[in-house]
Parts: sequence; C-alpha cells; structure tokens
Amino acid sequence: MKQNRPQKDTQPRRDIVVVENLVTQYGDKVILKGVDLRVEAGEIRVIMGGSGSGKSTLLWHIVGLYQPTAGRVLVMGRDIHRISFLEKLDVLWKLGVSFQNGALLSDMTVGENVALPLREFTDLDEKTIRIIVRMKLEVVNLGGYEDYYPSQLSGGMVKRAALARAIVRDPLLLLFDEPSAGLDPILAAELDELILQLRKAMGITMIVVTHDLDSAFTIADKITFLHEGRILMTGTPDEVKNADNPIIQAMIRRQPLHSAVDPQKYLQRLTQALDKKK
Amino acid sequence: MRALIESLGARVAEAIARFGFGISLLFECLYWLVMGPKYKQRVHGWQIAEEFRKIGVNATLIVNGLSVVVGMMLAIQLLYALSTFGAESQVLLAIAKSVTREFSPLITGIIVAGRSGAALAAKIGSQVVNQEVDALKVMGIVPVRFLVLPPLIAMVLALPMLIILADISGILGGALFSIGKMDMTLAAYMKTSLDVLVLGDIMQGLIKSVVFAVIIALVGATMGLQVKGGAEGVGRATTQTVVISIALIVITDMIFSYFLTQ
Repeated sequence: MKQNRPQKDTQPRRDIVVVENLVTQYGDKVILKGVDLRVEAGEIRVIMGGSGSGKSTLLWHIVGLYQPTAGRVLVMGRDIHRISFLEKLDVLWKLGVSFQNGALLSDMTVGENVALPLREFTDLDEKTIRIIVRMKLEVVNLGGYEDYYPSQLSGGMVKRAALARAIVRDPLLLLFDEPSAGLDPILAAELDELILQLRKAMGITMIVVTHDLDSAFTIADKITFLHEGRILMTGTPDEVKNADNPIIQAMIRRQPLHSAVDPQKYLQRLTQALDKKK
Repeated sequence: MRALIESLGARVAEAIARFGFGISLLFECLYWLVMGPKYKQRVHGWQIAEEFRKIGVNATLIVNGLSVVVGMMLAIQLLYALSTFGAESQVLLAIAKSVTREFSPLITGIIVAGRSGAALAAKIGSQVVNQEVDALKVMGIVPVRFLVLPPLIAMVLALPMLIILADISGILGGALFSIGKMDMTLAAYMKTSLDVLVLGDIMQGLIKSVVFAVIIALVGATMGLQVKGGAEGVGRATTQTVVISIALIVITDMIFSYFLTQ
C-alpha cells in the first residue's frame, strides 16, 4: 500500500525524466533489469539497442502505459505510476507521444485527430481549435490535409500527422517510438530535420527510441544504449561511436551479434535454450 | 486424453476470465458514466448520436424487413396448425403475443449482434492492434469511456426502438398473410392486435432488449479489447463476438421468458 502513495518531488529541476532502478518482469522473463536514466530539459536523448533490448518497454514506462515490477519513473518531478488520476492527466498534458505507425484514430480525419486532445480537455471554441490544428499541421508540412483520413495518407505523412497531434498541446516532453521505421532514407532525413527544428523552435525535450543509426547520430545530444534490459552506456554520439564495447560496435558496424561475443558463450546459450525446451 | 482435458480446462479458464473482464468492463462503464465529468472524462452526446445512427437507424430497414417475413412465417404456420382445431381466429392473438414477447427481441438481438456487435469488436480490435488505444491513454483519454461507453449507451437506446418497430412490422407481416384467410381488413386486424396486447407483452420485449443490448456491447468490447495476434486476431474476435453474443442472447431469452411468464 505504501508504494501507491504519491511521492514528493525529489529531483533537481533540470532533469525532466528520471528513471530509477526500473525492473520489469513478465512471468519468468525479465525485460528491464534495473535501468537508471536521467534526461535533462531541452535535451534530445536517443535510446538505442537491438530488437528486444527493452527500449520500447522503457519508453512505455516513461509515459505510464506499463507498470514497473520495481523502481520508479519521475516525469517532471512526479512519479508517473503512483500519482492520482488527475495528477497523471496534468503530466500527460505536458507530454506528447509519436507512435511507430502513427496510431491516428482511423475513423477520424487528420484534423479531428490533431484536435482531439484540445476538444477533450479544453473549453476552446471550435474556431480557435481549427486555427491551432492548421498551425500545427503547417509545422509538420501537412497544411491543407485536415479533411483527409489516415488511410488516404502515405506512411511518412501519417507519422507527421501523428507528430502534429503530439505537439498540439505544446508539450514540454516529446517521445518518439521508432520515428524513421518504414520510411525511405529521404523521408527519414526529413523527419530528423523536423525533430531538430521542433527542438530549436519550441525547446522541447525529446526521447527518441530508434535503431536507425544515421538518425540517432544526426539528432541525438546523448545516446543511451540498451542491451538485454540493461544500459550498456550513455554518451554523446562521438562517445558511442568510439566505444570499445563489442555489442555497441556490432550495432554500429551492422555485424551479426554472435561474431562480436565469445563464440563459446554463444554456443552455450544456444544449448541452454534447447535444454529448456526439453 | 490428458491433452484433451487440459485443452478443455484452458478454454473454461479463458471463458471465465473473459466473463470477469466483461463484468468489470460494465462496472467501469457505469463508473465513468457517473464520475466522468469529475475526472475530465465526459461522455459526448455526438458520440452517442453517431453510434445510435449506426446501430439503430441504419439497422431499421433490415430489422423491419425480417420482422415482416417472420410475422408472415408465423401466420403461415399458425393458420395451418390452428385450422386443425378450427381455431383460425386465435391466429391474431398468437401472432401478436409471440411477436412482441419473443420473436421481435430475439430477431432484433441477433441482427444487431451480427451487425453492430461484430463491428464494435472489429473496430476496437483494430484500434488495439494499431496502438490507437495506447495513443488515447497517453493523451489522458480513458479508452473505456471513449470507445466502449458511447456504443453501450447507444445500444441500450437503439434496441428498444428497433424492437418496437419490429413489433409493428411483425404483426403487419402476420396481417398481410392472414387478412385474406380471416376475411378482415388490415386496419381491423391491426386494431384488434393492439387490443389483445397488454402492456406486459410489450414490456417483456423491452426488458429483454436492454439486457441484449448490454450483452452485445460488452461482448464486442471485451473481444475487441482482448485481441491478440494482429489482423488475424481481429477477424477471430469478430467471429467469436457474433457466436458468443447470439449464444448468450438465446440463453438469456430463455431464462427471461421463463421468469417473465411465471
């Protein structure tokens, strides 16, 4: 019961997100094994790692979608998993999330999707909402697409429309899940450019989960590298590039992971998996 | 044999879990209906109106059309059966009572389960798969309030309306076949049918309609929210919604018919 009490602000103001000893376990499978993370205000933090490293799981903990097994996540000084419903609404109001596939509501137009948070939580009149929606769509170069349905847009346009929805409340924190996934290199580069422009224009703190190396090195102030539920390192793009960790280097050089680790250990892991199946 | 028992046990456990989820969903809907405004989670009238249009208004034609056919079918069978005893005059009474008490709610429930229950499961299921439900959560919108409550309310409002219309259509269908054999005018047939009906007959159908509405909405929402396995899972949930809803409607109808006729 003690755990459910709202906790006081214990972090310095500069850190907009603080993750402390975060552990997540589903049955026997431990996804996050004691993750610690601090993201400063105004920073673009890229979280990298291979598939199944736990990077998306970490992101969903930060926005309060997943409940941790242990540890805590402070977003803007408030423990996102232990605050009251109304306090959580207050935190969520100040953050925006851009999902991998956009996650626009398919039965609503682009304009209705972007307007949704405003219509749900503000008393703004319809005219003002329409102006804000148009403004945000202009920011992501989608002006004039208000009346289109998500199914009528290309993958890149859906992602930009989702970004417009994410920034419609002028958030302090913006989170991206695989923003460049499924985009061609030109569209991916355009999206990177847009992310940088947004930070410059609005000063938003951003956490970007990706395994797109080019994108990560282009936009990141700092990169946190996750592997098998643990943070391997956090550093600037140059520090990550020059890291002597074989797993990080395997990722950077696009090499199969098993060649970067001890072959004997790899064989042992495979045989262990077979033994478990028996 | 052991595998068969294990599989059966797993299915029973899954069914119980789903039943529990459905019940908790109902309480959650009631909670947000009452407490929504306090927590910035208002249920929007436009959402209910839109769902009412899809569930009720758009189903009017099919429900009424089939009710006319069912009324005619009843008239054919009853005229044949009752003529053996020389009791053709009782056809009117039998059709009026059986349509309002039994056939209208049942046929309407089955049609709405097939149309709107399946559509609800498919819609919510695909929203789960496409992370639209997660997107609602991170915007601070409670998915049950936004996705489940409006169709539930619309269903509870639409089904009684459809059943009243189906009552009239069913009796009309019976009349179309019977008036010639009974040597009555349509107006006289309809008036006599209304005279033989008591409020309890109509109410029986209406009480059932509310229960069927809750069943259809909750089964659709439960199957949609519990979708697993992408597009294939959505298809599976949709089929299961129709099967489970119709099975529950038929069983509930039997139970209600028993108690309401005591």
